[in-house]
Amino acid sequence: MLGEGILKGMAETARNFAGSFVSKERLTTVEYPEQRIAPVENARVFPFLVYDTENWEAGMRCVACQICEKECPPKCIYIEKSKDKKPDAVGKQQFYPTRFDIDISVCMSCQICVEVCPFEAIKMDTEFELATDDRFGGLLLDRRQLSKSNEYYHQIHPTEAANVDARLAAEKVKADAKATAATVASAVKGAERPAPPTGAGD
Amino acid sequence: MMTVEEIKAAILEAIPGAGVEIVTNPSPSGQHSLRLAPGHAVEVARFLRDDAALELDFLSNVTGVDWPDKEITEKVQVTRTVTKTVDGVDQQVEETVEEPRKRVEPGYLEAVYHLFSITRKHGPVVLRMRTANRSDQVELPSVTSIWRSAEFQEREIFDLYGIVFTGHPDLRRLLMWEGFKDHPMRRDYVDPDDYEYEPTPHDAVRARAAAHTAGIQSPAQEGTGAAQ
Amino acid sequence: MTASTINSEKLEGWNRPPVIEPDGEGELLEVAMGPHHPSTHGVFRMDVALDGERVIRLKPVFGYLHRNHEKIAEGASYLASMPYTDRLDYFCSLTNNWAYALAVEKLVGQEVPERAEYIRVILAELTRIQNHASAIGFLIQEMGASGTPLMYAFKEREKILDLFESLTGSRMMCNYMRFGGCRVDVSAAWLDAARKVVAGLPSFIDEFENLLSGNEILMARCQGIGILRPDLAVNAGVTGPMLRGSGVNYDIRKVDHYGIYDRFKFRVPLGDHWDVYDRYMVRVLEMRESITILNQALKEIPGGPIMDPKAKIRGFRPKPGEAYGRIEAPKGELGFYLISDGGPNPYRYRVRPPSLINLTVLEDMCLGSNVADVVLIFGSVDIVLGEVDR
Repeated sequence: MLGEGILKGMAETARNFAGSFVSKERLTTVEYPEQRIAPVENARVFPFLVYDTENWEAGMRCVACQICEKECPPKCIYIEKSKDKKPDAVGKQQFYPTRFDIDISVCMSCQICVEVCPFEAIKMDTEFELATDDRFGGLLLDRRQLSKSNEYYHQIHPTEAANVDARLAAEKVKADAKATAATVASAVKGAERPAPPTGAGD
Repeated sequence: MMTVEEIKAAILEAIPGAGVEIVTNPSPSGQHSLRLAPGHAVEVARFLRDDAALELDFLSNVTGVDWPDKEITEKVQVTRTVTKTVDGVDQQVEETVEEPRKRVEPGYLEAVYHLFSITRKHGPVVLRMRTANRSDQVELPSVTSIWRSAEFQEREIFDLYGIVFTGHPDLRRLLMWEGFKDHPMRRDYVDPDDYEYEPTPHDAVRARAAAHTAGIQSPAQEGTGAAQ
Repeated sequence: MTASTINSEKLEGWNRPPVIEPDGEGELLEVAMGPHHPSTHGVFRMDVALDGERVIRLKPVFGYLHRNHEKIAEGASYLASMPYTDRLDYFCSLTNNWAYALAVEKLVGQEVPERAEYIRVILAELTRIQNHASAIGFLIQEMGASGTPLMYAFKEREKILDLFESLTGSRMMCNYMRFGGCRVDVSAAWLDAARKVVAGLPSFIDEFENLLSGNEILMARCQGIGILRPDLAVNAGVTGPMLRGSGVNYDIRKVDHYGIYDRFKFRVPLGDHWDVYDRYMVRVLEMRESITILNQALKEIPGGPIMDPKAKIRGFRPKPGEAYGRIEAPKGELGFYLISDGGPNPYRYRVRPPSLINLTVLEDMCLGSNVADVVLIFGSVDIVLGEVDR
């Protein structure tokens, strides 16, 4: 019969139409912004800087090694290194960034900066509702706007943050063990000389 | 699949006098190429396509490469006659010294062809052709009459590198617009200085942006405020 | 029309585009179809000269999306080019990544562990399915079906994109393959979710075919137009479903034996009538074959590392040399040609774009047919402007 194919197709659409009233499978529209899909854990939008403790400036993990700046494909990161040093989470004296700008109108969310950072300092955020009407300044995030706490990191990427914390704790244990071993060794070597100050707890 | 040596021998057997030489490829990919002289290139191409053993009927990829002029400093032995005093008498003596001399090895533009065979399912066979220089002798014969897939790709090389393919049925710019001058993919291409606001400038871009934004600071605010 | 007419004497007789004589008298109507056009798959222009409804001359014009990706790659390191390859054929970012990773691995002779190869195959076949579904959906939309089949395809595509997001972090711009393996490992939960999605795909394709394949309007409009002779297809460098729709049995997965495709049993569908309908059917059948491959791969995936431990991420400097690596991307043969001079950046980085080369025969297929057919023939080529222009 001529038109049989068309009728079969229309039966298909009718099935979907009627079915969308009864089954969730067939009703696939999510009415954003009233309804939102829960974000996937691994999603990545733009980078942010992680800080431990309460003080974002003192607790910032970034040590301005500038590896992310070099590896960034569109070169959207701009870092200025400090002249002095401050102690990091394990107590070692490190440089810190006096300026850390990311231009998110250039950033292409490729996550290479996260991949190459040796200090777990920069991670990917999941916030995407960042529209602004300031075309230049509004899309240039400085280090204040980029710094978010480790608790926030646990909120958005729980599994990943737990792994990172475990890794950093293991590194801290190793660093402490090495420092105590060094103290013991030098104490054994020179009995009269006072032991040199340990690195931890400055 | 025949090796490059066998293919070269087959070509020379069919077209004696064709300029074919092997260019070895040091990488583990083992894809050595045959460099053709432009004179017999179209005949060689037709032979490669129609030969019963090779049947390379599929031209997959045509690439342009720019090899700029190279300045080479080398030590040259120079023999000169100088006047020297020998035993109190001035004499003309021949002296050989080594002097550094600079010369410019002329660059060239290159077209690289990757051929496969769909009927025999083998490949790739890589061909290369070089122009005489980069400025005025930039013609190469077109293989569009042998493999139609070269039509757009040779146009792109003409557009981006400047190689003029003689015998191409429709040689005009492909990606850039008509009336565009210059060839963007060349190594010495300088893009026009149409300044755009660059808040995170790096290296060469920074040098150029500095000329436009002398004294303008990035609008980022340094925060000394409380923790989040 | 600003373009010069093609000097056809320079082509051999059989692969020259046909010369159509106009019927009536008077001037030809010259129309620029595009670049702002709902059916041109991007910013693409066709300068057509019409005699009534018949196309007498057709010249494609592109370059509107040219971003000079190849020159950017010369200034960036090998790793930094990887996210840019996502943006070539933006529907199929994972196959673009794989083609580039394959070319670099050929350049340095890098081995890839087995589990990474399985993951690559799974992701590539998922990409193929969602690309073919979208391509068919867009083709039908251009026929005037206002998006219903397209939305059906997108409904399934969303499930696949959700899989990509939970694995790589991004739905489309995945940036997942690395030289020597993959970036992150797949979890058992992800494999289960993938199995569930793949289990739902056969019924989706059945629904799709019920809707479309027997539809009289589709058959009347698509059959018999856009005929591409196999000898012209081979000579013009056409690859992918377009080549197989013309009956030529050439699938790079079977020819080059790259990756671990030798371990999977799958068939290669070929077309008999070389027209638009055949290309549509080849894509539907390829989707079914991809499901076969996925079922086998998801069952057999072994454990192990996903990255060669000796492979370098930063400071990657391949020794001087060159390599050409190619894969069967959903649109055709996607190849990367790399010349290295020993530095951290490639000396020459060339993308062999299947969409651009498949367009070589657009003129041949469209001359003599109606304007309405031009849109369909163009849709059956299945191009993405990101790849054509780079």
